[in-house]
Amino acid sequence: MTLALYVPRSSVVHRLPAGLKLLVLAALAVVLFALPTLTAAGVALAGVLAVGLLVARLPVAVLARQARAVRWWLLALLVVHALTTDWRTGTHVALRLLTLVLAAAVVTATTRVNAMVAVVERLCAPLRLVGVRPARVGLAITMALRFIPVLVERADRIREAQAARGGSPRGVRALRTTIAPLLVQVLQMAHDVSEALDARGADDVPPPRRRRSPTPEAS
Amino acid sequence: MRLRRPGARAAGSEVATGNEVADPARGIELRGVGHRYGERVVLEGIDLTLTEQRVGVIGANGSGKSTFARLLNGLVVPTEGRVLVDGLDTGTQVRAVRRRVGFVFQDPDAQIVHPTVAEDVAYGLENQGVPADERTVRVAEVLARYGLAGHADHPAHLLSGGQKQLLAIAGVLVMRPARIVFDEPTTLLDLVNARRIAELIAGVDQQVVVVTHQLDLLDGFDRVLVVDGGRVVCDDVPPAAVAAYRALMADR
Repeated sequence: MTLALYVPRSSVVHRLPAGLKLLVLAALAVVLFALPTLTAAGVALAGVLAVGLLVARLPVAVLARQARAVRWWLLALLVVHALTTDWRTGTHVALRLLTLVLAAAVVTATTRVNAMVAVVERLCAPLRLVGVRPARVGLAITMALRFIPVLVERADRIREAQAARGGSPRGVRALRTTIAPLLVQVLQMAHDVSEALDARGADDVPPPRRRRSPTPEAS
Repeated sequence: MRLRRPGARAAGSEVATGNEVADPARGIELRGVGHRYGERVVLEGIDLTLTEQRVGVIGANGSGKSTFARLLNGLVVPTEGRVLVDGLDTGTQVRAVRRRVGFVFQDPDAQIVHPTVAEDVAYGLENQGVPADERTVRVAEVLARYGLAGHADHPAHLLSGGQKQLLAIAGVLVMRPARIVFDEPTTLLDLVNARRIAELIAGVDQQVVVVTHQLDLLDGFDRVLVVDGGRVVCDDVPPAAVAAYRALMADR
């Protein structure tokens, strides 16, 4: 799960403003492409590792997990470039991607979600002019992050239940038989969550319409 | 769902001024309350005043008790009659009512909206416009009281079922409501966690209304309502009400 990656530490990197970290990340991406040499990519990778492991004191496992997630991409890039151009270019391209992935992991691991969301809300502030509420955008992002693991768990549970009754856990058929019940659960959950948001004061506003459906589980 | 920040209110909607005339002595009043979803009658003919500290609500599946619970903080506005909390109408003063009545749901996963524990507890306070400094203090206080202090920065989805329910309750208690409604708070929990939640409920200062299937949760309660077929068929102290409920179920 590439979520909830924040690793609490008291380091300089953790204390830097989220906006600055995102800016540096963007700048790094530009520089890596503007200086297309193997050395530049190597130095950048070493720099990212130094910042992540030594300055921010992140566990090696946190970065390793991210690298593992893209290992097949890296390999594919390496092989395709090696076949079409040469190994040196392949290594360079793969190294560049790895560096960016790790740099992003360092930013994620050292920045709280709400700090990140605050940056998004600030960036969205001008959209107020066209009626967008930045706080609402922020809440939507936060909730999306929060509910991904919940949905993964629900999908697993559905697959398990079907496997227990002899269903195949893989293949197109399994996908089809998972999606429909998952969708039903998601809609039910969306309704429950909206009630919870109301109960916790998110609406802060007008009298609710008389509720008709979906009916609450009158259990 | 209606998400609005203060100051971004629709014209003509309720404006909470913070000094609504609330009379805590009045408790929760249901006056001629009935509710239907389309043609289906879920609740009818309910006239009650709940002023006791500990009120239980029991009944079969589909008896209407979840809807009953949702009436008490305006999540459901009755199609007939009125519900008043401390004299405030849930239909027209819902914002003030929600500030007074916290609500804990059966499934904490539906109620936890932020990825990490401390952020989630702070959520309700942000809605109330509590300043950041005070938020931090109050969140830390509540997490410490319910044994979650060590988890402040942990991802909520990695907590155990019992811890998630504690977190959900902490998120409500931090808002300091005058009354709390629990909708089957122990249904998804094992015995140890259910006992823990029962002790927590017994220990809060607020008036508590608990909808439950777990009858021993009602030990020491002041009053228990038995809901059946959308009506309150028994309203008594726990031993009598529980006996009536058992008799009712035995007949089916």
